Amino acid sequence: MHRFANPARFLRLAALVLPWVSVLSALLFAAGLYLALFVSPEDYQQGDTVRIMYIHVPAAWMAMFAYSSMAVAAACALVWRHPLAEVYSKAAAPLGAGFTLLCLVTGSLWGEPMWGTWWVWDARLTSVLILFFLYLGYMALVDAFDDPQRGHRAGSILLLVGAINVPIIKFSVDWWNTLHQPASVLRMDGPSIHGDMLWPLLILALAFKTYFAATVILRMRAELAERKIQTLRLTQAGGV
Amino acid sequence: MMTRKKRRLYMLLLALAGLGTATALTLTAFEENVAFFFSPSDLVTKPPGDKRVRVGGLVEGGSVVKVDDGVSTRFTITDTAHSVTITTDRPLPDLFREGQGVLVEGRLGADGVFVASEVLAKHDEKYMPKEVADALKASGQFKPELPGKPVYEAGK
Repeated sequence: MHRFANPARFLRLAALVLPWVSVLSALLFAAGLYLALFVSPEDYQQGDTVRIMYIHVPAAWMAMFAYSSMAVAAACALVWRHPLAEVYSKAAAPLGAGFTLLCLVTGSLWGEPMWGTWWVWDARLTSVLILFFLYLGYMALVDAFDDPQRGHRAGSILLLVGAINVPIIKFSVDWWNTLHQPASVLRMDGPSIHGDMLWPLLILALAFKTYFAATVILRMRAELAERKIQTLRLTQAGGV
Repeated sequence: MMTRKKRRLYMLLLALAGLGTATALTLTAFEENVAFFFSPSDLVTKPPGDKRVRVGGLVEGGSVVKVDDGVSTRFTITDTAHSVTITTDRPLPDLFREGQGVLVEGRLGADGVFVASEVLAKHDEKYMPKEVADALKASGQFKPELPGKPVYEAGK
């Protein structure tokens, strides 16, 4: 793992990967949205409203994926002092928060016509709202210290504590009675969603994932550049 | 000798295990508060009295009746073990139909009729085109999922 810990090596690798994932993401979005909006069939009970799923579900998956990966990075930062781990978490946080917000908003727009309500305090919806607040709390906490290192340390601990929320989100619909229905794709007995609707969903999920990869690389680059500028300023100030 | 990295790793794992246990115990203790709704069986096992509760079940086939006052609807929801009659003067969601999972919020009257001030539809996790659903219905394999499970175990 420490082979990739070197920022210079990361930047070389990032320059190589970035154009590919960017193009791939654009292609997947084009294909996925076309299939989802024009080709895939209407649902037998929800009609065209079901198409909200093609945005809502990938956004929800990414919200949980981004947080889980940030928590793993936080563990790497705390235990092995991996130099890029904190850069990753900081870069991924606003993206994860964005996915969570998208998930909450599309869910609300979907809930009104289907369930008859914009919002309820059931275990699934509430735990996703907590995830959103965890992202915001992390972003505020990291920047709340004069010493960036202390901010990152505190942020990593918050990420790990909040990681307990991820399995709660996933299994909330199985453990408790909720208004939200149980999982349709990631379930023990295979997807309960028809193949014609599953494919566009999986393509869009990949589109979201590659978009995330491209954006997180861009943001990590920016963060590393900012650190470099900071170091240069400090040495310059010290030299005068 | 334990290295510093190893010690930090064990500390972290220990802290996470402790946190996980504490959360699991808390959530188990508050299970009935976390549950968003009860099932019709729960109304029998542990009558709610005058408390406002939410109950969820499938709308029983042939049970939906428009009441004479022109606004109210009366129907029965069931979890197959027990049923409860619901009456409401609120608008019903688009997905409301016989065989559909619904949640109602309100009070259970002394006469055993549940007066609902809100009716929400709950759909299950199955998505399919209309033709597939029709084919399943024709072959008798179409079975709507119950919206929830009893919160209280009978006899407790």
